[in-house]
Amino acid sequence: MSSNNSSAQAYWKENLRIIMTYLAIWFVASYGCGILFVDALDQIQFFGFPLGFWFAQQGAIFVFLGLIWAYVFSMNKLDEKYDVHE
Amino acid sequence: MSLDLLTYLFIGGSFALYIAIAIWARAGSTKEFYVAGGGVPPVANGMATAADWMSAASFISMAGIVSFIGRDGAVYLMGWTGGYVLLAMLLAPYLRKFGKFTVPDFIGDRYYSNTARTIAVICTIVISFTYVAGQMRGVGIVFSRYLHVDINTGVIIGMAIVFFYAVLGGMKGITYTQVAQYCVLILAFMVPAIFLSMQVTGHFLPQTGLGATLDNGKSVLTTLNELSQELGFAQYTAGTKSTLDMFFFTAALMCGTAGLPHVIVRFFTVPRVKDARISAGWALLFIAILYTSVPGVAGFGRVNLIQTINGPDNAGTEYAEMPSWFKNWEAAGLIAWADKNGDGKVKYEAGNAFNGKPAFGEGNVNGDPNMQRITTNASDSVNEVYVDRDIMVLANPEIAQLPDWVIALVAAGAVAAALSTAAGLLLVISTSISHDLMKKTINPNITDKQELMYARLAAVVAILVAGYFGINPPGFVAQVVALAFGLAASSVFPAIIMGIFNTRMNTQGAVTGMLVGLVSTMAYIIYFKFMGGSSDQWFMGISPEGFGTVGMILNFVVATVISKVTAPPPAEIQHIVEDIRIPRGAGAAHSH
Repeated sequence: MSSNNSSAQAYWKENLRIIMTYLAIWFVASYGCGILFVDALDQIQFFGFPLGFWFAQQGAIFVFLGLIWAYVFSMNKLDEKYDVHE
Repeated sequence: MSLDLLTYLFIGGSFALYIAIAIWARAGSTKEFYVAGGGVPPVANGMATAADWMSAASFISMAGIVSFIGRDGAVYLMGWTGGYVLLAMLLAPYLRKFGKFTVPDFIGDRYYSNTARTIAVICTIVISFTYVAGQMRGVGIVFSRYLHVDINTGVIIGMAIVFFYAVLGGMKGITYTQVAQYCVLILAFMVPAIFLSMQVTGHFLPQTGLGATLDNGKSVLTTLNELSQELGFAQYTAGTKSTLDMFFFTAALMCGTAGLPHVIVRFFTVPRVKDARISAGWALLFIAILYTSVPGVAGFGRVNLIQTINGPDNAGTEYAEMPSWFKNWEAAGLIAWADKNGDGKVKYEAGNAFNGKPAFGEGNVNGDPNMQRITTNASDSVNEVYVDRDIMVLANPEIAQLPDWVIALVAAGAVAAALSTAAGLLLVISTSISHDLMKKTINPNITDKQELMYARLAAVVAILVAGYFGINPPGFVAQVVALAFGLAASSVFPAIIMGIFNTRMNTQGAVTGMLVGLVSTMAYIIYFKFMGGSSDQWFMGISPEGFGTVGMILNFVVATVISKVTAPPPAEIQHIVEDIRIPRGAGAAHSH
């Protein structure tokens, strides 16, 4: 348990904000670019791929990977800020 | 050196390696057996997770599926990777902080209820068994095709190997074997992928090769689109599924991935909360290497397949001139040809060449071993060729005429993919039985030593059952995979999420939610997969594979409503929830 309760709550709140931000990007990259707007994006050419097709089959995965690593980095900083790291 | 000898060498060599690791990493306590002592470094855990996750389906089937359905294959590509984002941010760190051995541990303790625990155990066992049957079959297919032993012998050899390191080493043995298996399988996937990409496009990486321009001045994808249209297929880069179905299907696979017990349990094996997050990053990196290569392999394989079968002028090829891989796979029953127009030329077009799977008669046409096998159920379609989707990855090196050692490597990789996943699943099954059922529900007084014995015994039984399914595969293996992900998405996943993010969630809410999610999803899948429901009856056009998402939403809604009108959970449970949200003080995984 952390030293005091309000700091624990502030930590949790910031944690949720980080998660929500990254999940919004996660949603836009996969469900947005790869599914909902795929046909519109296909009008754009991207290194020989129709852009929507690229997002659906490769791009979204690269975004996922970037997100997890960004999250790891953000959380390590947050843990130190609130002094809850191990 | 002959191909057979090379294949024996590669598979035999990899087996020797796995066994050596198993002997080195024997488990002495339940903690080592269940969570490898909780001391696995994150990079190793990431590799082990990747091997655990990438099954025969990822290795063998996925590129084949993408190759045959084009853009819609994205549901698998995104669905089976996007779940790791959810795992990293919503589950893994908190479950690691909670620090028990299993998923039912968390659900049972968090909801202070043995009913909740039992539901979780049942889900875990059903999910894991449905999954493991396909793995054993995969091992059997590889053995029968490359080592010319019969499928059953192949299954038994596979069982013996898994038996050795899963029963002896538990999670510890499995983890370090999986690290080796990851290396074998990624090498086996990437070497032919790079060869293919170089050969077709001159690009080293299949990721960029798929966008390259060919000698004809058009891009690979444009060429594929034109070939597809000419032969009556849908355009490769266009989708045929409805947007809503794509949405639900992808979501079911993502949330299902995040809810699969054999994946979650991997995050219990690292020392700290921080390591659980990083593990997910490593795991997805190792998975992405294969997954982002799949579209390239699928595309090049498709071009090669069509051009080899139909010839440069797209008019068909004389059967006598077909390369040997065509005949080898025909002998294995995974390719079939019926000369419908009697011109002696093999021609591949859109449509089902046979009514269902091809049925073979006795021997070959005219009794001549150089002629095609006799088939008995040719359809009215003009398409003359049946190609099983699953052979794409295995046949790719042969179609592209790559050296024999590449083909042998692919065989060893496919076996590694199937065995690593099977072992992870068997461990989860045995843990569920010895820990969640025996220790936590039936007889809490057994000693650590007895529990370990039960775990090993359960592993033995699980291997025998899995082997039985491998030898006598239920015809519904492909269908039940939908069930595994649907169950995970609609029951386990929401129960864990609410357990962490909603302090107010109580037994009543969680149990009702799980039951509603479980029953609705199972009913929908069983009706449409086993009782002959037709696709025009689909609820809002949602396929059974995507219904897990609907079940999940129902679960969330019902659980929230019920928990609001019933008593809040006891104060100590609310403290547990507050505690798992803070990383400090995770310590080692413990059993009490």
